[in-house]
Amino acid sequence: MNAIAPVGISPSAFLDRGDVKGNAARLKAADYLRTVGLPRAGVEAWKYTSLRALADVPFADAPRDVDTGAVDTLLAEVESISGLGAGANRAVFVNGRFDAGRSRLPQGVKVAAFDPAAEPRDGIDPAGDVTTALNTVLAHDGLALIVPAGVDAGCLLLVSIGLAGEDMPVSFHPQHRIVVEEGGRLAVLDAAVGRGYYLHNPLYDITVEEGGYLSHARIQAEGKKALHLAVSHARVASRGVYDSFTLTLGASLSRHEVHAGLNAAGASVHVNGAQLLAGHQHGDLTSVITHAAPDCISRQTVKNVLADHARGVFQGKIHVERIAQKTDGYQMNQALLLSDTAEIDAKPELEIYADDVKCSHGATVGALDDDQLFYLRSRGIPNEAARSILIRAFLHDVVDQIDDARLKDGLNLAVEAWWKREVA
Amino acid sequence: MPAVAETRKTVETLGQNTYKWGFETDIEMDIAPKGLNEDTIRLISSRKNEPGWLLEWRLKAYRSWLEMREPTWAKVKYPPIDYQDVHYYAAPRKKPGPKSLDEVDPELLRTYEKLGIPLHEQAMLAGVELPEGQEARPPVAVDAVFDSVSVATTFRKTLQEAGVIFCPISEAVQEHPELVRKYLGSVVPVTDNFYAALNAAVFTDGSFVFVPKGVRCPMELSTYFRINARNTGQFERTLIIVEDGASVSYLEGCTAPMRDENQLHAAVVELVAMEDASIKYSTVQNWYPGDENGRGGIYNFVTKRGACRGARSKISWTQVETGSAITWKYPSCILQGEGSVGEFYSVAVTNNHQQADTGTKMIHIGRNTRSTIIAKTISAGQSDSTYRGLVRMMPKASGSRNFTQCDSLLIGDRCGAHTVPYIENRNMSARVEHEATTSKISEDQLFYCRQRGLSEEDAVGLIVNGFCKDVLKELPMEFAVEAQKLLQISLEGSVG
Repeated sequence: MNAIAPVGISPSAFLDRGDVKGNAARLKAADYLRTVGLPRAGVEAWKYTSLRALADVPFADAPRDVDTGAVDTLLAEVESISGLGAGANRAVFVNGRFDAGRSRLPQGVKVAAFDPAAEPRDGIDPAGDVTTALNTVLAHDGLALIVPAGVDAGCLLLVSIGLAGEDMPVSFHPQHRIVVEEGGRLAVLDAAVGRGYYLHNPLYDITVEEGGYLSHARIQAEGKKALHLAVSHARVASRGVYDSFTLTLGASLSRHEVHAGLNAAGASVHVNGAQLLAGHQHGDLTSVITHAAPDCISRQTVKNVLADHARGVFQGKIHVERIAQKTDGYQMNQALLLSDTAEIDAKPELEIYADDVKCSHGATVGALDDDQLFYLRSRGIPNEAARSILIRAFLHDVVDQIDDARLKDGLNLAVEAWWKREVA
Repeated sequence: MPAVAETRKTVETLGQNTYKWGFETDIEMDIAPKGLNEDTIRLISSRKNEPGWLLEWRLKAYRSWLEMREPTWAKVKYPPIDYQDVHYYAAPRKKPGPKSLDEVDPELLRTYEKLGIPLHEQAMLAGVELPEGQEARPPVAVDAVFDSVSVATTFRKTLQEAGVIFCPISEAVQEHPELVRKYLGSVVPVTDNFYAALNAAVFTDGSFVFVPKGVRCPMELSTYFRINARNTGQFERTLIIVEDGASVSYLEGCTAPMRDENQLHAAVVELVAMEDASIKYSTVQNWYPGDENGRGGIYNFVTKRGACRGARSKISWTQVETGSAITWKYPSCILQGEGSVGEFYSVAVTNNHQQADTGTKMIHIGRNTRSTIIAKTISAGQSDSTYRGLVRMMPKASGSRNFTQCDSLLIGDRCGAHTVPYIENRNMSARVEHEATTSKISEDQLFYCRQRGLSEEDAVGLIVNGFCKDVLKELPMEFAVEAQKLLQISLEGSVG
């Protein structure tokens, strides 16, 4: 448990729980955790986020028997913040376990049972990063969904409910696999809520095949004391689109790591997000977009609104391989600080090995623009109202990036609810 | 052949050009045995007749260096360096001062000639005492660092009259110990980083500048750094102090002889600007970059930092980096004084197998501090070039501003260009703006120039010069010309 030890912090409490027998991926991940451990201070990829909070806590398996009344209350909360009522298709996970009774899956999709012995697909290295390794060692359930070729599967609400006591830390590590086959379509509104002291460590394994379209909006509204460590691995084939959005509202410490690979010509990916943090929250959105084929497009806009003592982190890398000529990459990162004790740390990064590309990134950090405030004030709008208009316009701009209208509505509702609760 | 393909082809022929300044001077040297231990440091210190406090300071640096690890976060790759396989002290043997150029070691003169230093300056560099009145011609003072020891200092007198102290730092230790003791290590502490600690332990010479209150330094100050003896790492230490209301423009140029083994170069530069003071520090860095197969070349691991201590002080770094096999260099500004200003203008060119990881740090501490970063990166051949820069707004930096622009140009499809900005803001009224682009020379621009009768090479040269204009215009005029020449030599064949 030494921050300057040559290897990272030992996650032995997690390793003791993992069943790694006879599974090469799990063995590899466990080996990684044993030798590399949780990132210590000075590890570049974790420069701004410390996982010490994980190291010193003996997280136990999350209980299966939970208070059903609390589950229903939280489910109702999800319905209200997402705008998708009880009639919507949904997959509900409680403490990382599939709750068949509360779920209703869309017509026309194939659902497989979670297979704990399954090896990860090509391109996911179980020992590539700590979040993936942790999930690989401890995964016990998840959604395995295939949208067959040409099928429009509509909209699915994917709900995670975490329920734990205040003093008995538990963790759950669901592994969700979504495949959209040729020309298929699916919109997923993914909401995570909960109460108590828990760690939610989901992995999303996403494949969009030729001409497929997947919209994926995440609303992370975990409980105040929760820890949230998510990782998405997405690969997109020719003319496929992965349109993703992460809205970070909850948890005391959270990080969503997105690894998106553009693997065939004409693929496109959007990795957008917004982090609205208050109190002593720490939110981290880290992404690596890899252009591994020519003529692909990537777009990324990430905005942070930080109040009180909150700390927002954005690390975005666009990696353009030698083969990926004619790449079109754009990345924008903005932050508004609403207090003098809030902090933003941003590292937008371009790593480019092909010469015929169009790549740019921009970042702006600061307070509200005085000119804009003056414009509104001079038209008789009171200071607080003017600020509110400007901040919500700032956020609206990024939520608007997602194409699917249902997901856009859901995100806007969630932003409004946060606004009313935390600021107004 | 399409324009770009042709450009690429000419870039590929670059490696065949021999390094223009690859020559070696054979003069008598006084060399310490290879290796680094406390005895080496005591030897250096006693050779330089240093006071006890400085030896203690060096030993403290050495002891902390032993505990430190070599940094690995930069995007550069090189075989491990054996720090015990380096000479840490090499000095030209002392001779009584020559009376005319005829008495000066002819090898030394030939070196200066190849560097293009004018004859009368050569005389001053070699320590020849000229009749009075003859020295006032060019308004540039040159303090030549020949390997580790400053061979001579010119224009001393003119500067003395203005009250400016400009001398080798070893001399400053003897003559102005109170100033050196007060400021040495005050901007870059001995424990700052691996290379800075190494430098503090073994530095042999460098320049010292002190500009007293209210004095505007009457001329540009310039130093030529050259690495000369085989296997001698060079560890210069430069310290520039500018008092209230004073100003100075300092020019630093580097060329190095060709050699096969990689050479280590770990310099430290410290700048201190007091109230209303201004320091302009310009660098043209052209150490030997290695051959077209990536053999040889200088490892340039440099710590440069300026402290804007007083209100409204200003520090401006301008650099043109074309040389070195590996560059690891982040000239920084600590903006402490209220309303102080930091600037960083950089052009970095890499070719063949060169690797450069360079940028800046702007630490905003005081209120209403401002910083500007303009970085232009050009990669050709199989080289890798990274801009890495930090902008940090501390909680008290209310009303502070930063603007950063990084542009990368790739020539050919076997090179890489990377941009890694770090933005950290803890003050709600501070604003940070960053933008970066990566592109190649556009066919449209080339076509436009070509159809007006410019040759392929002239067109690329024009476009690259235009790409770098924002930075080149910040250089003092004497350097702007040299810098443009260097850009052309570095990309020779394609942009000549």
